[in-house]
Amino acid sequence: MSVSDSIISVRELGYRYPQSDSVALDSVAFAVQPGEIFGLLGPNGSGKTTLFRLLSTLLPLGQGEASICGYDLKSQTADVRRTIGVTFQSPSLDPHLTVTENLSHQARLYGLPRQTTRDRIAELLDRMRLTDRRGDLVSTLSGGLKRRVEIAKGLIHRPRVLLLDEPSTGLDPGARQDLWRYLAELVGESALTILVTTHLMDEAEQCKRLAILNEGQLVAIGSPEELRASIGGDCLTIDCENPEALAARLRDRFGVDPQVITDGIRIQTESGTPLFENIIGECREEMTSITFGKPTLEDVFISRTGHRFWEGQQASS
Amino acid sequence: MSTAAIADSQSSLIAAAGTLVRRELVRFLRQRSRVVGALGQPVVFWILFGAGLQGSFKTPSWVPAGETLSYQEYFLPGIIALILLYTAIFSTVSIIEDRRAGFMQGVLVSPAPRLAIVLGKLIGGTILAVGQVVIFLGLGPLLAWVGLAPPIPWMQSLPQVLAVLCFLTTFALAMTALGYIVVWPMSSTQGFHAIMMVFLTPMWLLSGAFFPGEGSVWLSWIIRLNPMTYGVAGLRRLMTPHLDLAVTPTFPSLPMSVGVTILFGTVCVGLAVMQTRSRNLRNVQ
Repeated sequence: MSVSDSIISVRELGYRYPQSDSVALDSVAFAVQPGEIFGLLGPNGSGKTTLFRLLSTLLPLGQGEASICGYDLKSQTADVRRTIGVTFQSPSLDPHLTVTENLSHQARLYGLPRQTTRDRIAELLDRMRLTDRRGDLVSTLSGGLKRRVEIAKGLIHRPRVLLLDEPSTGLDPGARQDLWRYLAELVGESALTILVTTHLMDEAEQCKRLAILNEGQLVAIGSPEELRASIGGDCLTIDCENPEALAARLRDRFGVDPQVITDGIRIQTESGTPLFENIIGECREEMTSITFGKPTLEDVFISRTGHRFWEGQQASS
Repeated sequence: MSTAAIADSQSSLIAAAGTLVRRELVRFLRQRSRVVGALGQPVVFWILFGAGLQGSFKTPSWVPAGETLSYQEYFLPGIIALILLYTAIFSTVSIIEDRRAGFMQGVLVSPAPRLAIVLGKLIGGTILAVGQVVIFLGLGPLLAWVGLAPPIPWMQSLPQVLAVLCFLTTFALAMTALGYIVVWPMSSTQGFHAIMMVFLTPMWLLSGAFFPGEGSVWLSWIIRLNPMTYGVAGLRRLMTPHLDLAVTPTFPSLPMSVGVTILFGTVCVGLAVMQTRSRNLRNVQ
């Protein structure tokens, strides 16, 4: 993939929190192609929100370089702001205003003329199926509807890139599914590129390509299929009380190479079925549970980081 | 920058500031309790303090010999300053709510000029403050009629009333800008209440709004160094057209009052724009 074709390009990006001097991002580099839904997957504290804030111009760029639509994030901030639409994890709508008023304010902030504003609002309300709620105060809307208004708000100035931070936060599974259907429609109908941060595996599966972040570092990049294929074979995950002892036993007995993770063991193998049956037969008493299947994105994360997806968050909280 | 680019940036400044002003006004009118809070207390203060302190009030030295000034007449510019201060505080404290609710970060990632973000808040707050003072002044004759206050002849001619309104607007803008720079660095409304108690309310008390403060040397110095003094003095001079008031150290002249108020307002607006331009973690809570 050529970096020059990319719509978002991030090179050696680093960020330190000024107060604690702790590293939030460390030499992160990736490129996003036009028209794709690109995901930043990582547990809380992995640096994805910091990366999102840097790309959305809320925080100034420290180390490294980044550009969006060819505009340099450091020196051409105003151009970057005109090019991107941003939807934050926390709501940015004014609950005291109606749906139309919120959209109209946003359009004026981006300097759209009044007639264009009216046309775009009508078009977006229709596309987001919000027309019948246009006069309602935002405070009276459900979480799913609010999120749709947020996205409409982010699209009012027809950005080339839409940045979404944890778009499913606070949504029930039905609303989450609807949201992803809208996003897929948007990308299909226009030349829009979407960058989305998430900590949810099923959401990450919907992205065309993914960058996996852990403790401020990029640990893997590729399509969900490529990432899973990079592990190959089958995965066995065993929860147990004494992972070290069980791992040693499995190593001696079956000649496998188990990876010890918190409260458990993970084994990657070419053909898992006989091994699964053997382990069940011989070590049943020592295990709390065992799962067996094709590798998931979580397996990719474990294989690259040596720990479970939520472990970092538990350690830092 | 080309002429077209300048015109473009000006129109985006006006569009963005205009929409933020409109939002301030709509929000205010939809939150009725704010209307009562900002206007109710000063009216009650004016009536109660006016009636209670009338007996112990000594006409200040700057009033021409042979003339007297009732306490309520003296207190009128002071109570207007209090309405401006309260409204400025209530409208700028919404910055904390805007930031917590996420609205502010949406504004900050837009290409709207930072000056537009500041002006949106300040002009919105100023319109609300001046509007409330006008309502308060409109209530004056009614209060006089029911006997709660003496009639105060502050209106003399149309140009003089316009001059009062112009100065009132300048003073209100300066107060709102002061509120903005105090509120911007704060992350909670609790912190702001503390600042209001130990800084803003004493600032008002020591501006010649509540008492002349002529007897004490240290007090008169604080009053002279307090920028709000010049706002109160300017209003007092413009609203007392029937008396030829003398200039004293704690009661500056009209040109001085206008000059200091404009300068103070300009400095506060400049600081507000600088604060809004700086990108840091505070804005992304």
